[in-house]
Formats: sequence, C-alpha cells, structure tokens
Amino acid sequence: MNNFSYTQAATAKEATGRHKDTPQAAYIAGGTTLLDLMKANLAEHPQLVDINPLPLSGIEQTKDGLRIGALARMSDVGEHPLVVQGYPAVSQSLLLAASPQLRNMASIGGNLLQRTRCGYFRDAAFPCNKRVPGSGCPALAGDNHNLAILGVSESCIANAYPGDLAVALAAFDAVLTLENAKGKQRRVPVTEFYLLPGKTPQLETVLEPGELVVAVTIPAAAHAQRSAYLKVRERSSYAYALASAAVGLEVQDGIIRAARVALGGVGAQPWRSPEAEKALTGQPATEATFRAAATAALRGAQPQRENAYKVELAQNTLVRALQAVSS
Amino acid sequence: MPDQLLPPAGSPPSDDSRRTFMKQAGGLLGFTLTAPLAGRAERLTAYSTVLEGPSAVSLRINGQAKNLRLEPRTTLLDALREYLDLTGTKKGCDHGQCGACTVHVDGRRINSCLTLAVMAQGKEITTIEGLAKGEELHPMQEAFLKHDGFQCGYCTPGQIMSAVACVKEGHATTDDQAREWMSGNLCRCGAYPNILAAVREVANQ
Repeated sequence: MNNFSYTQAATAKEATGRHKDTPQAAYIAGGTTLLDLMKANLAEHPQLVDINPLPLSGIEQTKDGLRIGALARMSDVGEHPLVVQGYPAVSQSLLLAASPQLRNMASIGGNLLQRTRCGYFRDAAFPCNKRVPGSGCPALAGDNHNLAILGVSESCIANAYPGDLAVALAAFDAVLTLENAKGKQRRVPVTEFYLLPGKTPQLETVLEPGELVVAVTIPAAAHAQRSAYLKVRERSSYAYALASAAVGLEVQDGIIRAARVALGGVGAQPWRSPEAEKALTGQPATEATFRAAATAALRGAQPQRENAYKVELAQNTLVRALQAVSS
Repeated sequence: MPDQLLPPAGSPPSDDSRRTFMKQAGGLLGFTLTAPLAGRAERLTAYSTVLEGPSAVSLRINGQAKNLRLEPRTTLLDALREYLDLTGTKKGCDHGQCGACTVHVDGRRINSCLTLAVMAQGKEITTIEGLAKGEELHPMQEAFLKHDGFQCGYCTPGQIMSAVACVKEGHATTDDQAREWMSGNLCRCGAYPNILAAVREVANQ
C-alpha cells in the first residue's frame, strides 16, 4: 500500500470537507474492499478519511420503511430481527456473503461499492477498460466464466457488482440516501444507482466525487416479507455467486398479486427484472409460470465464450427461488 | 492550488503557521464539543489531526497497553507480528480470504490483515496468545489438541480464534451450522473434520 496519511471525521461535513481538501482521498469504513485493492496496487490514495465515528449505524423503522445506516455492519444487519422478519431475502443476501470475519468488518455502504472480481481488472499487468479507459478488454477473448451476460457492452463484460446485498435491495425498491460536500442530501433508488458499462465502464455509480452513502431505506411490503435469496456457487460457502436470485411474492388464492425479481452474478449491475415480474403478476403460482418468468428474465442475454452455462443456470436458480417462496 | 500555509509533505507542523494554530485550537475545541462522547475520546484522535508518516499508535493487546510508532498503512496483523513479536497470528493470504489472521476486536472476530493498526486504537484486541490463562489452556485449545484439529498448524491460531467466537455467537449448534460459520478459515491440510469435532465439543460444554 502507498504511504497515505490518515485522519478521522466525526461528521459528514468534516468527511466531505476533507475530501474537498484532498480530492484523491478515500473514505474508509470497514476497509475490506479498499485495503484489498490498495494492497494489490489497484487503488492509490494520498489520504484515508476514517468515517467510522459518523453516527450512521442505526437500524430503525421509519414512515418510509426500514432505514439502515450506511455504517451498520453486514453481520449486525443480517441478523437484526427487523430485517429477518420484514425482509428475509435481504438478511439471507448478507449472511450468504463473504465470511463471518468479513461480515463483522464490512459496512453496508461499502458493500454497495465493492468492485468486480474480473481477473483482468484485478491484475494491473493486464489492460482493462474499467481501470484504464481505452486500453482494451482481454476478458472478451479470455477467461470470462464468472462474468456477466446481461447489460454488457463491447467495452466491458464484468459484473461490476459481484455481491449479493445490492441484488436484494434492487428487488425490493430500496432507496439510498446520499450526502454531498454542501450537506445536501438526495435519494436514489438502488435500481438507478449503478451505471451500465456502455462505452464508459470506468463509471460504475452515480456517486459524485466526495459524496457519501448515508443510509438505505427499504419500503415495507407483503412481497418483501415473503421473500428469499438463493445463491448458486462453485463452493458450498464463502464464494461469489455464479448466479443468484432475490425474489418476493404476494400470493392470494393461488394467484400472484405482486412479484419482485432481481438476479445476481449474471448482470453488469444488480439485475432487477421487470420482465420476470410482468410474467408473474396475475398468474397462478405454479412451475409453469415460474419457467415463463425465467425465460423472460434471460431474454436478451449475451453469453460469452465461457459463460453460456449461466443462461440456464440463472433460469433454474430463479425458478428454484420462486418455488421456495411459494411453498 | 498553491497554499503557503501547508507544511512540506511528511514533516510535522512546526512552522507556527495560522493553519497549524487553527488545527490545534480546533483540536481542543472539537474535543470540548464532543464531551458527551468522552467514552470514545480515547480512540478518537483530536478533531482534525492528520497522521502522516511514523506516528504514535497505542493498542490494547490481551489486556495490556502497547505504545508503538507506526505508519498509518501498517495493518494490525503486521503490528502484531513485526512490532510486538506476537507471531501466533499468521499471515496466510494478506487479503482477507483465508482467515489465518483472525483475532478478536472488542470480542468480535475479524481479519487483522485488512485492519489498519491505527484504526484499532481504543479497542480490546485479543490474539491467540491471550486465550490461555498462564499455563491453563482455553477449552477450545484443549479441544483442538484432544481432537487433533491440525497438521502443519499454520491455520490453527486463526481457526481457534474463529471457533471461540463462533461458539460464543451461538453459531455452532449443529454440524452444518458450524461448518458454515467456520467457512472463513481455510485449512490446506484438510483437518476440517477434526476442527469441526473440536468446535462442536466446546459448543456442547
């Protein structure tokens, strides 16, 4: 890691002020993404601003839904009774991720900002349009077995967000609260937070320089309460998803009244699927319906040399997840 | 953007500049204003202090205060191994992927390789060296010996630290649960069945 200076911020104003003084500074919360990248020389910052003293760890019911502070830890949120009862898919997405040690360290805000696991991004010896715009994408003709099939572009086929939490948050209409250097806050739905790679894969979110993620709020809903997160991976634990599905259903008399679907592991960003939701709503909660939704969700997939298996895998994962919440 | 009041990079602010005065005054002021947080004052450095280069870092390890001089980029793992001669905690991957560096911070298991020492100030840190009470081994250490829960021993301190926390968390009530909640600790020798037996025995005590 480069020899950075270190300071703490006790308020959001101080944190964003520090960033304004040193625009190349980085905020550090749990450090599990930032220090990993800095050790690999994939990130370099002259200053780290420790934002842990900020009072952003609360988990509380509000009129807009469950508000989770950006500095709450994955382990605490995943096991919090309000999350387990109101949003099982969110709880599962947290507890199926990483390791117990990492979950004790990692913050909710930091989780949303983790980087892709693409092997070419993570090795500075390779060209990479995300790291060095215009340098090329070796993954297109290389090892892309773990990369995306939805929302990709000729510039980048990475799943920019390889994690789980944002997939569940996208499914259940979660909204992020962001705060900039002027102290102004704005609310951005998770589904609008991430950017598709297009011609600019180096731009991954709508965050302005120095802007802080302050909280995430998830509206209460019957379809959020009856939800699940299914994660399929090469190992039985402690691995990223090859494909995953966050689903929620509101069923009455065997008919689906409301549905929420988001896929992980297969999209260039957390993949909310209005196509699947349309195929589910108003239909009987049967396997035939679930299969139709899975077909709709993966329509338009662009399989690469080594990840065509993900089309069928993602479909089956979605069907299994829907079966789990409707049984 | 030129700023004549900034001291040269890397040197301590000893130039009597107004910026330095304001930083120090702000420090006292900030401390006063945050009086209700006095409980955290010990781990909060004074408002607006910037640590640069080798700096005074005070850590509480196994109940003892240790005063070190560390760069901000020194990890807790390296502070333990290289500066405190506490080599029980191991460096396996240095990237938070193997769990060999597992220690307890305020009673919670974490990877010390992805923790900055400077950020661990004001917290209670427990390492493998701190588990035994003199010659009396911790029940988890006894269980690992009884069940032969290791071969080369490199992952073992991390396994034991993780296992102690796992049981305390209530995450070792069944074999499957214990496997899942110990999955952050890798063992290339494959001692997993015996590690599991040790963890489950202590969970059932």
